[in-house]
Amino acid sequence: MSTYRRLRAGATALTVAALLLGSAACGGTTRENSGNDTGGGAQASGAANPDAKLKEGLKIAFLPKQVNNPYFTTSDNGGKAAVTEIKGEFKEVGPSEASASSQVSYINTLSQQGMDVIVTSANDPNAICGALNQAKAAGAKIVTFDSDTKPECRQIFVNQVTAEGIAENQVKLISEQIGGAGEIAILSATANATNQNAWIALMKEELKKPEYSKIKLVTVAYGNDDDQKSFQETQGLLQSYPNLKGIISPTTVGVAAAARYLSGSQYKGKVKLTGLGTPNQMREFVKDGSVDAFALWNPADLGYLAAYAGAALASGQITGAEGDKFTAGKLGEFTVGKDGVVVLGPPTVFDKSNIDQFQF
Amino acid sequence: MSLTDTGAAERVADNPPPDAGRPRRGLTERLLAVRELSLLIALAALVLVTTLRNDRFLSGQSIKDLLLGCAILVILAVGQTLVIVTRNVDLSVGSILGLVAFATGELFLAAPGTPWPVALLVGVALGALCGVVNGGLIAVARVPALVITLGTLYAFRGVDYYWAAGRQINAADMPRSFLRLGNQTVLGVPVLFLVALVVVAVAGYYLRSYRSGRELYAIGSEPAAARLSGIPVGRRVFAVFVANGALAGLAGVLYAARFGTLDAAAGSGLELQVVAAAVVGGVAIFGGSGSAYGAALGAVLLTTIGSSLAVLRIDPFWQQAVVGALILAAIGLDRLLALRVAARLRGRSAHGA
Amino acid sequence: MAHDSLYAAPPSGADTERPAGRLAGLRGALGTWDTAIVAALVVAVLLAGLSVQNFATGRNAQFLLLDLVPLALLALPMTLIVVTGEIDLSVASVVGLTSTLMGQLWLSSGLSLELICVLVVLIGAVLGAVNGVFITGFGLPSLAVTIGTLALYRGLSFVVLGDQAVADFPASWTAAVVRTIPGTSIPVAVVPVLLLALVFGVVLHATPVGRALYAMGNNDEAATFAGVSVARTKFWLFVVSGAVGGLVGIFWTLRYASARGDNATGLELTVVTAVLLGGVSIFGGRGGLLGVVAGVLLLGVLRNALQLADVDANALTIVTGSLLIVSVVLPNAAADLRARLHRRRRRAHLSAS
Repeated sequence: MSTYRRLRAGATALTVAALLLGSAACGGTTRENSGNDTGGGAQASGAANPDAKLKEGLKIAFLPKQVNNPYFTTSDNGGKAAVTEIKGEFKEVGPSEASASSQVSYINTLSQQGMDVIVTSANDPNAICGALNQAKAAGAKIVTFDSDTKPECRQIFVNQVTAEGIAENQVKLISEQIGGAGEIAILSATANATNQNAWIALMKEELKKPEYSKIKLVTVAYGNDDDQKSFQETQGLLQSYPNLKGIISPTTVGVAAAARYLSGSQYKGKVKLTGLGTPNQMREFVKDGSVDAFALWNPADLGYLAAYAGAALASGQITGAEGDKFTAGKLGEFTVGKDGVVVLGPPTVFDKSNIDQFQF
Repeated sequence: MSLTDTGAAERVADNPPPDAGRPRRGLTERLLAVRELSLLIALAALVLVTTLRNDRFLSGQSIKDLLLGCAILVILAVGQTLVIVTRNVDLSVGSILGLVAFATGELFLAAPGTPWPVALLVGVALGALCGVVNGGLIAVARVPALVITLGTLYAFRGVDYYWAAGRQINAADMPRSFLRLGNQTVLGVPVLFLVALVVVAVAGYYLRSYRSGRELYAIGSEPAAARLSGIPVGRRVFAVFVANGALAGLAGVLYAARFGTLDAAAGSGLELQVVAAAVVGGVAIFGGSGSAYGAALGAVLLTTIGSSLAVLRIDPFWQQAVVGALILAAIGLDRLLALRVAARLRGRSAHGA
Repeated sequence: MAHDSLYAAPPSGADTERPAGRLAGLRGALGTWDTAIVAALVVAVLLAGLSVQNFATGRNAQFLLLDLVPLALLALPMTLIVVTGEIDLSVASVVGLTSTLMGQLWLSSGLSLELICVLVVLIGAVLGAVNGVFITGFGLPSLAVTIGTLALYRGLSFVVLGDQAVADFPASWTAAVVRTIPGTSIPVAVVPVLLLALVFGVVLHATPVGRALYAMGNNDEAATFAGVSVARTKFWLFVVSGAVGGLVGIFWTLRYASARGDNATGLELTVVTAVLLGGVSIFGGRGGLLGVVAGVLLLGVLRNALQLADVDANALTIVTGSLLIVSVVLPNAAADLRARLHRRRRRAHLSAS
């Protein structure tokens, strides 16, 4: 028997083994008969005690999408400030690339270390659920911020702003800049970024209002949150749609890349650009006239609020049930909404007059 | 029809001719010229198809964008050509670019008054230093470049991440004069592209006309034979890695000038595109053949494909698959051509001897 | 077929030191590097157990082992491939593509999950066969081909699902892959890994096939003369590698309950690192499966312990890169040194007599 035949036999054996392994589990699981039995943990168990004091010495860990992202550095620093105020132990860990699988390994590590609170921003709404539920079972309180998981995997989601708030704000900004009429396009991050798609859907709703009847959304382009790709997509938009009056880019990478492109092109000042960006990134382009105004929430406040929400959970002040109230230091009082969502507030609009007051 | 080694046609089949024996130069060069010509035709066809769908693709602004967009990849591809020709590969270029780009930003933060030529020199020097690390490890330990540069791909990026610690450098942190470099034009041609042209011309001339340049091909064709014929293989390979590092450094500085917003992830995964550009441009992955001009054309073609997809509004997810398919097609084609050449040579030497 | 699979000729010192093909299997299994790596593993576990809080618990062992399953599985066929002097860089992309195909089939085909799993392994085998055809059929270097398919398969996996995720797999299945053996904290998934490791180990070290693989790594032509069909054997190795990639795709998808295009991105680097760390020579012909298993575990223990000790993720990136470099530089340097000592001793011997 020659070598290759043995190998072929091996390959066949491997396939058969897979087949056996597969069919051993149970006979014929299809999408129809599987049912959606999500093994989520219990939510909002026990009663909240609004008068409970915030405990001292709480171990609070921040696990962002990735540690090398300036946005998360800012929000985690906000969290650190809050944890220092309540005399807790702060820790920031995370993968250097934004992948869900490495986040799982970090969640396992954190639950192994006996954290009281894990504050995380999910790279995938499902992939980290199992690990979060395990951590919850081991006694940790789970808060998500910026990007949520499935609701049953965490106690509280701190949302930067409601999707409606973003949509309203962005459409209003672009309408003001292009004089209420003309073609616009959207430069988004990736085609299935949950946040982005929710916002874009609501922007389309918003555009149906009578005051925006003269504005036409021609297309949505995806820059994949990559500088080069966002550059190319912006060029593509301007070439494909000669009558384009404005671009909305509700992502920090996209808006900065588009602004940089506009500032060095013939379209500067003629095609308007707005979106969600950080003041530090956009300062140059606001000053040179490429961009009139854009918006963002304060990421530091977001982290700050998430840390307080986690502390309130761990101290028993709230359980994550709708209607629970807690105070988040300098930001004041917040109420937990439906599905355990806490909203930071409306976004701040930045333009020439106020941009120098912000450093993030 | 004598070859410097005795491997004769069999070996030629694996490595397109090294030109060590003068008389065969004509054939190889004709082959390369054919490759460059076919690249130009592919490029023209691509531009034509895209322009038919959208005539703005050929407007002044668009051409400027294309030239600007390909400049950085062209520089990296030329550097990679030097390396691949010697039967090595440098996978760490993306990480070197990222590290240098961030370092440039840091330099302007630390010393805001730095004139941009100084920043350029510092960047090139830092890139060359990374090249020294690569070349040194390869030469001293005599380990395949693939493995070493795979390791330094991690290591340089790790250093970059560590240094940046999640910070970002913004356009406002860098002097206007430097940023202007990123999109300024001379007679309508972007400065970045002119820099790339100079790099291509110098590298192309060196590889073709200098003795040490020709020796790189000999090393790539048959390292053992090259060593026997007295070429300082170790020193040449080391120098090639330093040169490639320096070019990646140059690309890093230009990247900073062009994009203005820098974090530690700049240039992640770029190495694949660079290798693809070189291979598509006719640089044989087994060494010993290829030109800087071809690699540059390969880079232009890849960038243009990216821009075309955006203009044609084709799902950008296809782009990476297209790059992969192009690599496979290009190396397959090379193999076919090499076999043809071998067959022809065998025929000729049968007559000529 | 010429030995052009990897760049750079092997160091001449190590070349002469190579054990003969027939004995390589046995020596590979019990070689000094294997002992060193197992010792390093033991030391690492002891050190971590003593100095890192929360390391030596059953729960942590469960996390650690679960994280290692994909790496361990992929390292098995990779070991065999590297022993023959080839490499497969497309493994992680095969995982990504099979994962998204599994998601897409589950989403839209209405087939049962059992059938889908079988299909996915078969598709993995086909993807491996594509590599095999290019490498053995067309005689192209495996490095270049698999860099091409790395980009192609990853690109296709984004084409299949965009960057959507399919997540509604039945909970009974997703829970099954993370379940532990009753009464212990060892994940059930470890059992098939061990079985496969046993199979691969027996094939490599105790059968004529294994000896043939070492012979190929040392010298393709010699292997051909010895009556082994090099091309066919290598072809089937790549098929097996693809099939295992498909298995890992299934595991990955179910473990994270999420089929996404970016699943397992960059894992190929870790796999290659583990195999080289395990003492397999990148030039082929040397190394054993025991060392590779120890290498995989060592990587996992280091990463887990450093994470528990709150070491920065960026430092981990640097550690991985440095480990890769050290694991190739060290054995080569050692072989070099040994060769030099040997030569000196011989010279001394000659002058004495």
